[in-house]
Amino acid sequence: MAEETVEIKTAPADFRFPSQNQTKHCFTRYFEYHKCLKAKGEISNECEKYAKYYRSLCPLEWIQKWNEQRDQGIFAGPL
Amino acid sequence: MMIHEFFDRFLTIAFCDAAEPWQLGFQDAATPIMQGIIDLHHDILFFLILILVFVLWMLVRALWHFNENTNPIPQRIVHGTTIEIIWTIFPSIILMFIAIPSFALLYSMDEVVVDPAVTIKAIGHQWYWTYEYSDYNRSDEQSLTFDSYMIPEDDLELGQLRLLEVDNRVVVPAQTHLRMIITSADVLHSWAVPSLGVKCDAVPGRLNQTSILIQREGVYYGQCSEICGTNHAFMPIVVEAVNFKDYGTWVSNQLCQQSN
Repeated sequence: MAEETVEIKTAPADFRFPSQNQTKHCFTRYFEYHKCLKAKGEISNECEKYAKYYRSLCPLEWIQKWNEQRDQGIFAGPL
Repeated sequence: MMIHEFFDRFLTIAFCDAAEPWQLGFQDAATPIMQGIIDLHHDILFFLILILVFVLWMLVRALWHFNENTNPIPQRIVHGTTIEIIWTIFPSIILMFIAIPSFALLYSMDEVVVDPAVTIKAIGHQWYWTYEYSDYNRSDEQSLTFDSYMIPEDDLELGQLRLLEVDNRVVVPAQTHLRMIITSADVLHSWAVPSLGVKCDAVPGRLNQTSILIQREGVYYGQCSEICGTNHAFMPIVVEAVNFKDYGTWVSNQLCQQSN
């Protein structure tokens, strides 16, 4: 069982969402990632930081639901 | 034996980070916010006692002197401009003295922490909590996620706290800015840990953020604080603050275990 050193880092505070309700923050990071993928292509690593942010903020259940919606073409975000 | 008990009860050096039987005061603070709340409480209680004593004195003396034999002639004062001004201005001054530390604490609690080191999601279910540590995910699949159920009374070991212990604690690093994201998968719950000065509602479809900075290592107990059904009283929260290095080790171990 190899013990990888984990990097203790997380999504920084986003001043577009300064208050307690971070729902929009999670959602924004999610579709920013997918917009970035669309723009830059799946190969590039530049979009990875958005992926880290939305994974830190959004519950797994929500991510899975949105992934399914995207696959079915019914995702409500501005993609 | 009695002296031993006396020492045990009054000269203990352990912190009170869980509810105690017959407890009257706050649990010991482990975060600057909780310390601020306790200090504000002391400030307000000072004025509260002054006002209480004064009001009680007025009430008691009115009852005492209301006697046909000893005080047959009542007062017939109906106006008194000076005293009316005094008893309007004076309470406003007291309120100002109370408001200043209160607003200072309130606004400092709302300060945005620009760079938290850890984000932990607490998801309320009926009737347990799920904790997700997704900072270390490399893909959308879950990495460090676990459920936290209360240990039933029959399974408690000697020394464990009834209705407060859980099987998997929330391990966090002390002296580090944490971001807690609280939500729910079904009904309303509330993630509350008194020692940390945290109470945050878990609302389905909403992510509520709260920042914590735990100043000392220790184990902190809390309970669900929003009625959520039949086992609302049986879904406690236990936060274990460890030093930064131990936290890193724990995360690595958990990731290894979950990937195997």
